[in-house]
Amino acid sequence: MSYNTTELMACVSSRALEDRKSIFVGTGLPIIATMLAQKLHAPDLLVVFEAGGIGPKLPTIPISVGDSRTFHKAVMAASMDYVMGMAQAGLVDYGFLGAAQIDKYGNLNTTVIGDHDSPKVRLPGSGGANDLGSLCHKTITLMRHDKIRFVNKLDYLTTPGYLTGPEAREAAGLPSETGPHRVISQLGVMGFDEESKEMKLLQVHPGVTVDDVIENTGFEMLIGNVKETEPPTEEELRILREEIDPSGIVLGK
Amino acid sequence: MKVLAEGQGELCAWMHPDEARRWMRDNKTRALVDKQVTIKEAVERYTKDGDYFAMGGFGHIRLSMNGIYEMIRQKRRNLVMAGKTSVHDVDILIGGGVVDRIDCAYAHGHELRGLSPSGRRATESGRVKIVAELSNAAFQWRFRAAAMGLPWYPARVMMGTDTFKYSSAKIVEDPFTGLPITLLPACYPDFAFIHVHRCDKYGNCQIDGTTMEDVELARAAKRLIITTEEIVDDEVITSEPGRTVIPHFIVDAVVESHYASHPGNMPGLYYSDEVHMAEWLSLSRTDEGVQEYMDKYVFGVNDFEEYLELVGGEERIDYLAKLERLEVPLDAPWARRGE
Repeated sequence: MSYNTTELMACVSSRALEDRKSIFVGTGLPIIATMLAQKLHAPDLLVVFEAGGIGPKLPTIPISVGDSRTFHKAVMAASMDYVMGMAQAGLVDYGFLGAAQIDKYGNLNTTVIGDHDSPKVRLPGSGGANDLGSLCHKTITLMRHDKIRFVNKLDYLTTPGYLTGPEAREAAGLPSETGPHRVISQLGVMGFDEESKEMKLLQVHPGVTVDDVIENTGFEMLIGNVKETEPPTEEELRILREEIDPSGIVLGK
Repeated sequence: MKVLAEGQGELCAWMHPDEARRWMRDNKTRALVDKQVTIKEAVERYTKDGDYFAMGGFGHIRLSMNGIYEMIRQKRRNLVMAGKTSVHDVDILIGGGVVDRIDCAYAHGHELRGLSPSGRRATESGRVKIVAELSNAAFQWRFRAAAMGLPWYPARVMMGTDTFKYSSAKIVEDPFTGLPITLLPACYPDFAFIHVHRCDKYGNCQIDGTTMEDVELARAAKRLIITTEEIVDDEVITSEPGRTVIPHFIVDAVVESHYASHPGNMPGLYYSDEVHMAEWLSLSRTDEGVQEYMDKYVFGVNDFEEYLELVGGEERIDYLAKLERLEVPLDAPWARRGE
């Protein structure tokens, strides 16, 4: 069965989510991956939205992380104060993020391309990203892979990854035992080296080589024991196309 | 306490807590007073050029669009907006010439719909200035500090990042743990609009669903204008006092405004109007298009009732109500590829 890269990223991300954990989710592909995980292997994945929705049964893809779908048949319709406090108190396991730029320590930029005060491209800013990157136990980042996005130096550091390397988060005052866990792109899956905290290639998608990843990365990518991604299954694709995003709003047609 | 780092962003809307207490003592009536006014009167009385303000809800959910359109109609200028998950609200207010500075956690984006052409163009060209950056939780807790009458609120966010560097926060050594911790300065907006599902004529409000940042924002704002889908008898409020999220003694004005969140979502009542959103996103690609939109939907009507007629009246609202109840499929023209 053929599939596009967005569908592939949705499937791979969904497989990275564990059942019986809690996850703070952003708009778009992260929501789709989360919905897919709930329908397959993680029915008890507790979804949290920054506007206050907790544990909804998502009937369709929300347009906003604050719209009424985010607390449809939910266990609680709370507030931002409540859910951000939850994350700060250690109750949120995963944060699911996207970004315009990422560096080798998993730091993210969603604020500006170019100079802050005279920007080439102005992006939305932190939103809840800095909070999720600071407070969730682990973060997963989902983004397109190329040299413009996987950069040696960010134009602006919106959301903390491992900052400048080992111990940097702790020294900055961020909660201990937190930080980036996985980065998922259309080329592969990356983790972070335990010692150096630098990004490390763990997995390449079907038809992608390690060299493809190296060529599309603007910093030196560590290469782990690289496995090949299992392609999307028919069941994953059917659920994505028929149940989650039938009109192709996020997945495209 | 040792200050370890200071953000270089402009500190906006901060007050000494004693000054804030005096304001709350002298300007907020404790009595049950009928506060109903028209949107025109509310904007005339409680908003002025140069003010720092916040909109309740979530950028395109539970909006006071009648307040937004009226500020544009009354030509309010040079306002600083709390960009606390601001989406359609800030985009329209920039397009309407009201906002020229943003204290920014989230702006220039339309979430799933993509980036905001109008807001981005304004900031990229320098017409709109970002006075400071912060995160969503940081904004929320700046309102919480104000709501509690505190000069600041501590949090473990923004540390180590440019988001902190461009913020108006400070990092100090926490005397309990010895670790660095961020102090978020209290934020007291000059005014705020909050749209609610129902309230009585005194301003005791109920909100269905998530409250976003509104419980704290309501207490932080120096002037609070409530727009409401419905004014109810105060029996409705007092029979279920546990449901009151905003009490009358912090409310300055009450404006009954049916469907005032359009084209945004009003949880439980109507979903967002994605056809209208698509029209805005398409027109706002140029300054001429923005003007065309304003001429048609803001200056071309006298009030929100006329606006509602223009966007399709009862038939449209009925469709959006069905969409909210998941009875009809979503039509989102901005999502059609290749257009």
